[in-house]
Amino acid sequence: MWPNKFDYVRAGSVDEALASAAGGGKFLAGGHSLLPAMKLRLDSPEQLIDIGRIPELQGISANGGLTIGAGTTHDAIASSADVQAMCSALASACGQVGDQGVRNFGTLGGNIAHADPASDPPTVLVACGATINIQGADGKRSVGAEDFFIDLFETALDDGELITSVSLPNCSDCQCAYVKFPHPASRYAIVGVAVCLKMDGDTCAQADVAVGGATVKAVKCADAEAALAGTTLDEAALNAAAEAVKADIAEDLIGDIAYPESYRQQMAGVFLKRAIAAAQG
Amino acid sequence: MQVAITVNGVVHERDVDPRTLLVHFLREELDLTGTKIGCDTSQCGACTVQLDGKVLKSCTLLAVQADGAEVTTIEGLAENGEHHPMQTAFWENHGLQCGYCTPGMIMASAAFVRDNPGASEGEIRHYLEGNICRCTGYHNIVKAVKQVADAAAGA
Repeated sequence: MWPNKFDYVRAGSVDEALASAAGGGKFLAGGHSLLPAMKLRLDSPEQLIDIGRIPELQGISANGGLTIGAGTTHDAIASSADVQAMCSALASACGQVGDQGVRNFGTLGGNIAHADPASDPPTVLVACGATINIQGADGKRSVGAEDFFIDLFETALDDGELITSVSLPNCSDCQCAYVKFPHPASRYAIVGVAVCLKMDGDTCAQADVAVGGATVKAVKCADAEAALAGTTLDEAALNAAAEAVKADIAEDLIGDIAYPESYRQQMAGVFLKRAIAAAQG
Repeated sequence: MQVAITVNGVVHERDVDPRTLLVHFLREELDLTGTKIGCDTSQCGACTVQLDGKVLKSCTLLAVQADGAEVTTIEGLAENGEHHPMQTAFWENHGLQCGYCTPGMIMASAAFVRDNPGASEGEIRHYLEGNICRCTGYHNIVKAVKQVADAAAGA
Protein backbone atom coordinates (compact mmCIF):
# COMPACT_ATOMS: atom_id res chain seq x y z
CA MET A 1 0.00 0.00 0.00
CA TRP A 2 1.27 3.41 -0.88
CA PRO A 3 0.83 6.23 1.63
CA ASN A 4 -0.77 9.44 0.42
CA LYS A 5 1.59 11.95 -1.13
CA PHE A 6 3.67 14.13 1.16
CA ASP A 7 6.62 16.47 1.00
CA TYR A 8 9.84 15.02 2.42
CA VAL A 9 12.47 16.99 4.28
CA ARG A 10 15.61 15.52 5.84
CA ALA A 11 16.76 17.37 8.94
CA GLY A 12 20.42 17.38 9.99
CA SER A 13 19.86 18.75 13.48
CA VAL A 14 17.12 19.31 16.04
CA ASP A 15 17.07 23.02 15.19
CA GLU A 16 16.61 22.22 11.50
CA ALA A 17 13.83 19.77 12.32
CA LEU A 18 12.01 22.32 14.47
CA ALA A 19 12.35 24.98 11.80
CA SER A 20 10.85 22.62 9.22
CA ALA A 21 8.04 21.73 11.60
CA ALA A 22 6.83 25.32 11.44
CA GLY A 23 5.41 24.26 8.07
CA GLY A 24 3.33 21.49 9.69
CA GLY A 25 3.58 17.76 9.18
CA LYS A 26 5.06 15.00 11.28
CA PHE A 27 8.50 13.83 12.35
CA LEU A 28 9.73 10.54 10.87
CA ALA A 29 12.25 8.59 12.94
CA GLY A 30 12.30 4.83 12.27
CA GLY A 31 8.84 5.07 10.77
CA HIS A 32 7.73 1.77 12.25
CA SER A 33 4.63 3.26 13.86
CA LEU A 34 3.97 6.18 11.51
CA LEU A 35 4.37 4.46 8.13
CA PRO A 36 1.95 1.59 8.88
CA ALA A 37 -0.59 4.20 10.01
CA MET A 38 -0.02 6.22 6.83
CA LYS A 39 -0.35 3.13 4.62
CA LEU A 40 -3.74 2.45 6.21
CA ARG A 41 -4.69 6.12 5.69
CA LEU A 42 -5.10 6.53 9.44
CA ASP A 43 -2.71 9.42 9.07
CA SER A 44 -1.85 11.56 6.04
CA PRO A 45 0.60 14.30 7.00
CA GLU A 46 1.38 16.77 4.24
CA GLN A 47 5.02 16.88 5.22
CA LEU A 48 7.41 14.32 6.74
CA ILE A 49 10.48 15.66 8.49
CA ASP A 50 13.04 12.85 8.61
CA ILE A 51 14.87 13.02 11.96
CA GLY A 52 16.43 9.58 11.58
CA ARG A 53 19.90 10.91 10.82
CA ILE A 54 20.22 13.49 13.59
CA PRO A 55 23.25 12.50 15.72
CA GLU A 56 22.08 14.35 18.85
CA LEU A 57 18.98 12.15 19.06
CA GLN A 58 21.02 8.94 19.15
CA GLY A 59 22.58 6.96 21.93
CA ILE A 60 22.37 6.05 25.59
CA SER A 61 24.29 7.76 28.38
CA ALA A 62 24.50 6.60 31.99
CA ASN A 63 25.34 9.30 34.53
CA GLY A 64 23.63 8.47 37.80
CA GLY A 65 20.52 7.82 35.77
CA LEU A 66 19.87 6.93 32.17
CA THR A 67 19.35 9.34 29.30
CA ILE A 68 18.20 7.66 26.10
CA GLY A 69 18.15 9.64 22.85
CA ALA A 70 14.71 9.63 21.29
CA GLY A 71 16.09 8.17 18.06
CA THR A 72 17.62 5.14 19.78
CA THR A 73 16.20 1.87 18.47
CA HIS A 74 14.44 -0.72 20.58
CA ASP A 75 17.19 -3.19 19.74
CA ALA A 76 19.91 -0.81 20.93
CA ILE A 77 18.05 -0.27 24.21
CA ALA A 78 17.31 -3.96 24.75
CA SER A 79 20.94 -4.90 24.19
CA SER A 80 22.50 -2.02 26.16
CA ALA A 81 24.48 -3.17 29.22
CA ASP A 82 23.72 0.20 30.88
CA VAL A 83 19.98 -0.19 30.43
CA GLN A 84 20.09 -3.82 31.54
CA ALA A 85 21.91 -2.73 34.71
CA MET A 86 19.93 0.42 35.52
CA CYS A 87 16.43 -0.43 34.28
CA SER A 88 16.20 -4.06 33.31
CA ALA A 89 12.43 -3.78 32.87
CA LEU A 90 12.91 -1.29 30.04
CA ALA A 91 15.50 -3.51 28.35
CA SER A 92 13.01 -6.36 28.64
CA ALA A 93 10.08 -4.31 27.30
CA CYS A 94 12.07 -2.99 24.34
CA GLY A 95 13.17 -6.55 23.61
CA GLN A 96 9.51 -7.58 23.40
CA VAL A 97 8.41 -4.92 20.90
CA GLY A 98 7.31 -6.45 17.60
CA ASP A 99 10.04 -8.69 16.24
CA GLN A 100 13.73 -8.27 15.42
CA GLY A 101 13.08 -6.44 12.16
CA VAL A 102 10.85 -3.93 13.93
CA ARG A 103 13.25 -3.51 16.85
CA ASN A 104 16.16 -2.81 14.47
CA PHE A 105 14.50 0.35 13.15
CA GLY A 106 11.67 1.40 15.49
CA THR A 107 12.74 4.05 18.01
CA LEU A 108 11.79 4.81 21.61
CA GLY A 109 10.84 8.41 20.77
CA GLY A 110 8.68 7.36 17.85
CA ASN A 111 7.05 4.68 19.93
CA ILE A 112 5.97 6.99 22.73
CA ALA A 113 4.98 9.83 20.40
CA HIS A 114 2.65 7.35 18.66
CA ALA A 115 1.28 6.26 22.08
CA ASP A 116 -0.24 2.99 20.97
CA PRO A 117 -2.08 1.66 24.01
CA ALA A 118 -0.82 -1.88 23.32
CA SER A 119 2.83 -0.88 23.16
CA ASP A 120 5.34 -2.13 25.74
CA PRO A 121 7.84 0.64 26.62
CA PRO A 122 5.29 3.22 27.87
CA THR A 123 4.19 0.91 30.69
CA VAL A 124 7.76 0.69 32.01
CA LEU A 125 8.35 4.43 31.61
CA VAL A 126 5.28 5.15 33.73
CA ALA A 127 6.17 2.56 36.40
CA CYS A 128 9.78 3.69 36.68
CA GLY A 129 9.08 7.43 36.80
CA ALA A 130 10.70 8.37 33.49
CA THR A 131 10.85 11.94 32.23
CA ILE A 132 10.17 12.82 28.60
CA ASN A 133 12.39 15.65 27.36
CA ILE A 134 10.78 17.75 24.66
CA GLN A 135 11.92 20.62 22.48
CA GLY A 136 9.80 23.02 20.47
CA ALA A 137 9.93 26.43 18.89
CA ASP A 138 9.42 27.97 22.34
CA GLY A 139 12.27 26.06 23.96
CA LYS A 140 12.70 22.93 26.04
CA ARG A 141 10.44 21.33 28.61
CA SER A 142 10.22 18.04 30.47
CA VAL A 143 7.11 16.04 31.28
CA GLY A 144 6.75 13.07 33.63
CA ALA A 145 5.74 9.88 31.81
CA GLU A 146 2.53 9.66 33.81
CA ASP A 147 1.45 13.07 32.53
CA PHE A 148 2.84 12.53 29.03
CA PHE A 149 0.40 9.77 28.09
CA ILE A 150 -3.06 11.33 28.01
CA ASP A 151 -5.35 8.99 26.10
CA LEU A 152 -5.56 6.58 23.15
CA PHE A 153 -2.80 7.73 20.73
CA GLU A 154 -2.78 11.07 22.55
CA THR A 155 0.18 12.63 24.37
CA ALA A 156 1.19 15.92 25.93
CA LEU A 157 3.15 16.82 22.79
CA ASP A 158 2.02 20.03 21.12
CA ASP A 159 2.14 20.53 17.36
CA GLY A 160 5.71 21.04 16.20
CA GLU A 161 7.26 19.67 19.38
CA LEU A 162 9.90 16.98 19.20
CA ILE A 163 10.87 14.39 21.83
CA THR A 164 14.65 14.67 22.20
CA SER A 165 15.32 12.11 24.94
CA VAL A 166 13.91 10.06 27.79
CA SER A 167 15.47 10.17 31.26
CA LEU A 168 15.15 7.40 33.82
CA PRO A 169 16.29 7.14 37.42
CA ASN A 170 18.84 4.47 38.28
CA CYS A 171 16.81 1.39 39.24
CA SER A 172 19.81 -0.88 39.75
CA ASP A 173 18.95 -1.31 43.46
CA CYS A 174 15.35 -2.19 42.61
CA GLN A 175 13.82 -5.41 41.48
CA CYS A 176 11.99 -4.54 38.30
CA ALA A 177 10.31 -6.45 35.52
CA TYR A 178 7.95 -6.11 32.60
CA VAL A 179 5.72 -9.04 31.71
CA LYS A 180 3.09 -9.11 29.02
CA PHE A 181 0.31 -11.28 27.71
CA PRO A 182 0.99 -10.99 23.97
CA HIS A 183 -1.76 -11.23 21.40
CA PRO A 184 -1.18 -14.62 19.77
CA ALA A 185 -1.02 -13.16 16.25
CA SER A 186 0.23 -9.57 16.50
CA ARG A 187 2.30 -9.95 19.72
CA TYR A 188 0.95 -6.60 20.89
CA ALA A 189 0.19 -6.52 24.63
CA ILE A 190 -3.31 -7.58 25.58
CA VAL A 191 -2.09 -6.80 29.07
CA GLY A 192 1.37 -5.58 30.05
CA VAL A 193 2.49 -5.02 33.64
CA ALA A 194 5.64 -3.27 34.84
CA VAL A 195 6.76 -3.39 38.46
CA CYS A 196 9.64 -1.73 40.26
CA LEU A 197 10.14 -2.96 43.83
CA LYS A 198 12.44 -1.33 46.37
CA MET A 199 13.20 -4.01 48.92
CA ASP A 200 14.41 -3.54 52.50
CA GLY A 201 15.46 -7.05 53.42
CA ASP A 202 12.37 -9.19 52.99
CA THR A 203 10.03 -6.22 53.14
CA CYS A 204 8.88 -4.25 50.14
CA ALA A 205 9.62 -0.66 51.11
CA GLN A 206 8.10 0.81 47.96
CA ALA A 207 6.32 -0.64 44.96
CA ASP A 208 5.74 1.09 41.64
CA VAL A 209 3.23 -0.58 39.33
CA ALA A 210 1.89 0.34 35.90
CA VAL A 211 -0.47 -1.46 33.53
CA GLY A 212 -0.76 -1.04 29.76
CA GLY A 213 -2.35 -2.94 26.90
CA ALA A 214 -5.59 -3.36 28.82
CA THR A 215 -6.01 0.39 29.05
CA VAL A 216 -6.19 3.45 26.80
CA LYS A 217 -2.75 4.45 28.06
CA ALA A 218 -0.19 3.18 30.54
CA VAL A 219 -1.74 3.68 33.99
CA LYS A 220 0.06 4.06 37.32
CA CYS A 221 -1.66 1.85 39.87
CA ALA A 222 -1.65 3.50 43.31
CA ASP A 223 -3.99 1.05 45.03
CA ALA A 224 -1.93 -1.96 43.97
CA GLU A 225 1.23 -0.17 45.08
CA ALA A 226 -0.30 0.52 48.50
CA ALA A 227 -1.31 -3.13 48.82
CA LEU A 228 2.29 -4.22 48.25
CA ALA A 229 4.24 -1.59 50.21
CA GLY A 230 5.23 -2.62 53.71
CA THR A 231 4.51 -6.30 53.09
CA THR A 232 6.81 -9.25 52.54
CA LEU A 233 5.02 -9.81 49.22
CA ASP A 234 3.36 -12.87 50.74
CA GLU A 235 0.38 -14.54 49.15
CA ALA A 236 -2.14 -12.36 50.99
CA ALA A 237 -0.40 -9.18 49.78
CA LEU A 238 -0.21 -10.46 46.20
CA ASN A 239 -3.90 -11.35 46.22
CA ALA A 240 -4.79 -7.96 47.65
CA ALA A 241 -2.67 -6.20 45.00
CA ALA A 242 -4.17 -8.31 42.20
CA GLU A 243 -7.62 -7.22 43.38
CA ALA A 244 -6.57 -3.59 43.86
CA VAL A 245 -5.08 -3.28 40.39
CA LYS A 246 -8.48 -4.04 38.90
CA ALA A 247 -9.85 -0.92 40.56
CA ASP A 248 -6.80 1.11 39.50
CA ILE A 249 -7.48 0.50 35.81
CA ALA A 250 -11.30 0.33 35.90
CA GLU A 251 -11.77 3.80 34.42
CA ASP A 252 -9.31 3.31 31.57
CA LEU A 253 -10.10 -0.20 30.27
CA ILE A 254 -10.33 -1.04 26.60
CA GLY A 255 -11.38 -4.30 25.00
CA ASP A 256 -12.33 -5.99 21.77
CA ILE A 257 -14.43 -8.94 20.70
CA ALA A 258 -11.72 -11.49 21.51
CA TYR A 259 -10.42 -9.91 24.72
CA PRO A 260 -13.16 -7.84 26.37
CA GLU A 261 -12.57 -5.30 29.12
CA SER A 262 -13.58 -7.63 31.94
CA TYR A 263 -11.13 -10.29 30.77
CA ARG A 264 -8.23 -7.86 30.46
CA GLN A 265 -9.07 -6.45 33.89
CA GLN A 266 -8.87 -9.94 35.38
CA MET A 267 -5.64 -10.70 33.53
CA ALA A 268 -4.05 -7.52 34.87
CA GLY A 269 -4.16 -9.08 38.33
CA VAL A 270 -2.74 -12.35 37.05
CA PHE A 271 0.08 -10.63 35.21
CA LEU A 272 0.83 -8.34 38.16
CA LYS A 273 1.62 -11.47 40.16
CA ARG A 274 3.75 -12.81 37.32
CA ALA A 275 5.62 -9.51 37.03
CA ILE A 276 6.39 -9.54 40.74
CA ALA A 277 7.61 -13.12 40.50
CA ALA A 278 9.79 -12.17 37.51
CA ALA A 279 11.20 -9.14 39.36
CA GLN A 280 12.10 -11.33 42.34
CA GLY A 281 13.50 -14.10 40.13
CA MET B 1 13.85 13.03 -4.58
CA GLN B 2 17.21 11.73 -5.76
CA VAL B 3 18.50 8.65 -3.94
CA ALA B 4 21.55 6.40 -4.29
CA ILE B 5 20.96 2.98 -2.80
CA THR B 6 23.43 0.14 -3.05
CA VAL B 7 21.56 -3.09 -3.70
CA ASN B 8 23.49 -6.35 -3.81
CA GLY B 9 26.71 -4.42 -4.35
CA VAL B 10 25.50 -2.20 -7.18
CA VAL B 11 24.71 1.48 -6.66
CA HIS B 12 21.34 2.49 -8.09
CA GLU B 13 20.60 6.18 -8.50
CA ARG B 14 16.97 7.07 -9.03
CA ASP B 15 14.59 9.98 -8.66
CA VAL B 16 11.80 8.61 -6.48
CA ASP B 17 8.48 9.85 -5.15
CA PRO B 18 9.14 10.20 -1.37
CA ARG B 19 6.23 7.88 -0.61
CA THR B 20 7.92 4.98 -2.42
CA LEU B 21 8.46 2.15 0.03
CA LEU B 22 11.76 0.30 -0.15
CA VAL B 23 9.96 -2.87 -1.24
CA HIS B 24 8.40 -0.97 -4.15
CA PHE B 25 11.80 0.41 -5.08
CA LEU B 26 13.29 -3.09 -5.14
CA ARG B 27 10.46 -4.78 -6.99
CA GLU B 28 9.27 -2.08 -9.37
CA GLU B 29 12.32 0.11 -9.98
CA LEU B 30 14.96 -2.62 -9.95
CA ASP B 31 12.83 -5.63 -10.97
CA LEU B 32 14.16 -7.56 -7.98
CA THR B 33 10.95 -9.48 -7.38
CA GLY B 34 12.47 -12.10 -5.08
CA THR B 35 11.44 -9.88 -2.19
CA LYS B 36 7.70 -10.43 -1.69
CA ILE B 37 4.89 -8.28 -0.34
CA GLY B 38 2.75 -10.31 2.02
CA CYS B 39 0.71 -8.65 4.74
CA ASP B 40 2.06 -5.16 3.98
CA THR B 41 1.62 -4.34 7.70
CA SER B 42 5.10 -5.18 9.13
CA GLN B 43 3.97 -8.50 10.54
CA CYS B 44 4.53 -11.38 8.11
CA GLY B 45 8.18 -10.88 7.10
CA ALA B 46 7.77 -11.84 3.41
CA CYS B 47 9.46 -8.53 2.50
CA THR B 48 12.48 -9.07 4.77
CA VAL B 49 15.80 -7.80 3.43
CA GLN B 50 19.03 -6.72 5.12
CA LEU B 51 19.87 -3.03 5.35
CA ASP B 52 23.47 -2.38 6.37
CA GLY B 53 23.41 -5.98 7.63
CA LYS B 54 20.33 -5.54 9.78
CA VAL B 55 17.10 -7.41 9.20
CA LEU B 56 14.42 -5.05 7.91
CA LYS B 57 10.83 -5.34 6.77
CA SER B 58 11.14 -3.44 3.52
CA CYS B 59 7.41 -2.61 3.42
CA THR B 60 7.97 -0.39 6.45
CA LEU B 61 10.74 1.90 5.28
CA LEU B 62 10.70 4.62 2.67
CA ALA B 63 13.24 4.34 -0.12
CA VAL B 64 14.42 7.84 0.81
CA GLN B 65 15.25 6.56 4.30
CA ALA B 66 17.55 3.98 2.69
CA ASP B 67 19.42 6.64 0.70
CA GLY B 68 23.13 5.87 1.01
CA ALA B 69 22.54 2.47 2.61
CA GLU B 70 23.55 -1.00 1.47
CA VAL B 71 20.67 -3.39 0.91
CA THR B 72 20.98 -7.12 0.42
CA THR B 73 18.06 -9.04 -1.06
CA ILE B 74 17.63 -12.76 -1.73
CA GLU B 75 19.08 -12.20 -5.21
CA GLY B 76 22.33 -10.99 -3.66
CA LEU B 77 22.88 -13.72 -1.11
CA ALA B 78 24.71 -16.22 -3.32
CA GLU B 79 28.38 -15.49 -3.90
CA ASN B 80 30.44 -16.52 -6.92
CA GLY B 81 27.61 -18.67 -8.21
CA GLU B 82 27.45 -20.64 -4.97
CA HIS B 83 24.33 -20.66 -2.84
CA HIS B 84 24.58 -19.16 0.63
CA PRO B 85 24.66 -22.00 3.20
CA MET B 86 21.16 -20.96 4.34
CA GLN B 87 19.81 -21.38 0.80
CA THR B 88 21.43 -24.80 0.57
CA ALA B 89 20.02 -25.81 3.95
CA PHE B 90 16.47 -24.77 2.99
CA TRP B 91 16.85 -26.87 -0.15
CA GLU B 92 18.28 -29.90 1.63
CA ASN B 93 15.69 -29.83 4.43
CA HIS B 94 12.80 -28.88 2.15
CA GLY B 95 12.19 -25.79 4.30
CA LEU B 96 9.37 -24.55 2.11
CA GLN B 97 6.18 -25.51 0.38
CA CYS B 98 4.65 -22.70 -1.67
CA GLY B 99 7.84 -20.66 -1.31
CA TYR B 100 6.26 -17.25 -0.81
CA CYS B 101 7.75 -16.68 2.64
CA THR B 102 11.07 -18.26 1.69
CA PRO B 103 13.10 -15.20 0.58
CA GLY B 104 12.18 -13.39 3.79
CA MET B 105 12.80 -16.49 5.89
CA ILE B 106 16.24 -16.95 4.39
CA MET B 107 17.25 -13.28 4.71
CA ALA B 108 16.16 -13.20 8.36
CA SER B 109 17.71 -16.58 9.19
CA ALA B 110 21.02 -15.77 7.51
CA ALA B 111 21.39 -12.61 9.61
CA PHE B 112 20.34 -14.46 12.76
CA VAL B 113 22.87 -17.25 12.38
CA ARG B 114 25.60 -14.76 11.44
CA ASP B 115 24.98 -13.06 14.81
CA ASN B 116 24.07 -16.20 16.77
CA PRO B 117 26.13 -19.19 15.64
CA GLY B 118 25.14 -22.28 17.58
CA ALA B 119 21.64 -20.98 18.30
CA SER B 120 19.30 -23.52 19.89
CA GLU B 121 16.08 -24.74 18.33
CA GLY B 122 14.16 -22.68 20.89
CA GLU B 123 16.08 -19.52 20.04
CA ILE B 124 15.50 -20.11 16.34
CA ARG B 125 11.76 -20.60 16.83
CA HIS B 126 11.55 -17.46 18.96
CA TYR B 127 13.57 -15.42 16.48
CA LEU B 128 11.39 -16.43 13.55
CA GLU B 129 8.31 -14.89 15.21
CA GLY B 130 8.68 -12.06 12.69
CA ASN B 131 8.41 -14.37 9.67
CA ILE B 132 5.14 -16.15 9.09
CA CYS B 133 4.72 -19.32 7.01
CA ARG B 134 1.26 -20.66 6.31
CA CYS B 135 2.34 -23.95 4.70
CA THR B 136 5.11 -25.82 6.42
CA GLY B 137 4.30 -25.67 10.10
CA TYR B 138 7.86 -24.33 10.43
CA HIS B 139 9.39 -27.72 11.24
CA ASN B 140 11.64 -28.03 8.19
CA ILE B 141 12.44 -24.33 8.27
CA VAL B 142 13.74 -24.69 11.81
CA LYS B 143 15.69 -27.81 10.80
CA ALA B 144 17.33 -25.87 7.98
CA VAL B 145 18.31 -22.95 10.20
CA LYS B 146 19.56 -25.30 12.91
CA GLN B 147 21.76 -27.09 10.39
CA VAL B 148 23.48 -23.83 9.46
CA ALA B 149 23.67 -22.66 13.09
CA ASP B 150 25.33 -25.93 14.12
CA ALA B 151 27.77 -25.73 11.22
CA ALA B 152 28.60 -22.10 12.06
CA ALA B 153 29.33 -23.02 15.68
CA GLY B 154 31.58 -25.88 14.63
CA ALA B 155 33.58 -23.75 12.21
